[in-house]
Amino acid sequence: MLKKKHYLALGVVVLAALLIFSLPQRATSRLKLAVSSLFLPLFGLLNTAQHLPVAAADIAMPRSALLREVGELQRDQQQSRIQMMQAAATAQENDQLRALIGWQRQTPWKLKLANVVMRDPANWWRTVQIDLGSRDGVRENLPVLTADGLVGRVSAVGLTRSQVVLLGDSYCRVSALVENPAHDIGIITASGPLDNSLVELTYLSGNAVVKPGQNVVTSGEGGVYPRGIIIGQVVDSQTVEFGLYTEARVKLAANLGALDQVWVLFP
Amino acid sequence: MNVFNTILILAAAYLAVFGEAAFPLLRHWLGAQVDLLPGLMVYTALNADIVTVSLLAGLGGLWFDALSANPLGVSILPLFAIGFVIYLQRELILRELPFAQFVLGALASALAPALCVLLLLTGGQEPLLGWGSLWQWLVMTAGGAVATPILFEFFHWCQHALGYQPRTETSFRPDREIRRGRG
Repeated sequence: MLKKKHYLALGVVVLAALLIFSLPQRATSRLKLAVSSLFLPLFGLLNTAQHLPVAAADIAMPRSALLREVGELQRDQQQSRIQMMQAAATAQENDQLRALIGWQRQTPWKLKLANVVMRDPANWWRTVQIDLGSRDGVRENLPVLTADGLVGRVSAVGLTRSQVVLLGDSYCRVSALVENPAHDIGIITASGPLDNSLVELTYLSGNAVVKPGQNVVTSGEGGVYPRGIIIGQVVDSQTVEFGLYTEARVKLAANLGALDQVWVLFP
Repeated sequence: MNVFNTILILAAAYLAVFGEAAFPLLRHWLGAQVDLLPGLMVYTALNADIVTVSLLAGLGGLWFDALSANPLGVSILPLFAIGFVIYLQRELILRELPFAQFVLGALASALAPALCVLLLLTGGQEPLLGWGSLWQWLVMTAGGAVATPILFEFFHWCQHALGYQPRTETSFRPDREIRRGRG
């Protein structure tokens, strides 16, 4: 049955596990980053392999199609320039008005594009890793979004990669505002483990009138997410705890199941 | 059992963890990612020594936790517990039967995430759980059960193709040759 060798193996593994558990948070994070860096060659290979078909398609693309695309892009660029001029004028006007009434000046968003390199292999977490790290200026708690809406926040940072905890995870709570006449504020919390397009909006006041189709945006409270980033739209709502507060289901604007590229928002 | 087989098992674990993190196709289709480490542990516990079982639990668990939001080391103990129990009982198990491999793979794939979540909850973590977790658990169990006999076949093939094969002795012996005359 149990021999000396078996006892030894059992002891060594249990001891090693206990040792890792008892390490301080900082040491664990460093060890985690060191271990995960063992996978960098494979992720590099995967990245190259993913880009090969694109490169091959680029070579095969006819010159006429490219010229047509360049023409369309030039038209878009001209339109964007006009819109930018208009936006700059509005921003200037906004700053002047803010200065007149003594409000703090709003700083423009600085964004950095990142590629999603992997997803959490465990089914009970909702995180992804991106290819920006501390050397790119990324730090913990920076908001992450796509053109469609909020995605989550940076939860851990390595030198070249960072972990992003997505909306719907237990560790990603966002103060959110419903765009209704009352501007009701609630907290976006964890949703079910299967459907990653729906999240719960809880702790809305008991008399909140939340209707399907109303937009939900970040409230700016809490200091992590700036105000006004779109989160999604209300699907339905119900009062809970004998009318103490209201809960709503929110369909996320960003598609968390098909994240390839995201923007990290710098303050 | 030799060092080559241990390296092969650890390499498979490394690739399995990478594959689970890099290819989320099953998650898109079925809503859950299948973990191959418990199936790999079944193969290791039935065919390798206790050192390989310990190495797979230690390194496989560390690799898995490093790529996930799990606290580091939380997957080591469930994997080792499964491997250790199977290792102690392996003389009683008909390891060559695909059905036995299937059942053991299912049990291991069901137990490993359950123990892991239990450890997380004990440690005060808040994993994402709900009624949908039952479906995810079923997918992981079924996926692990199907994958285990395939892993056995794969390792047998690898050993046959890449491993050391002992030279087979022929039954011919010169001293036993019957010499016949012309007549």
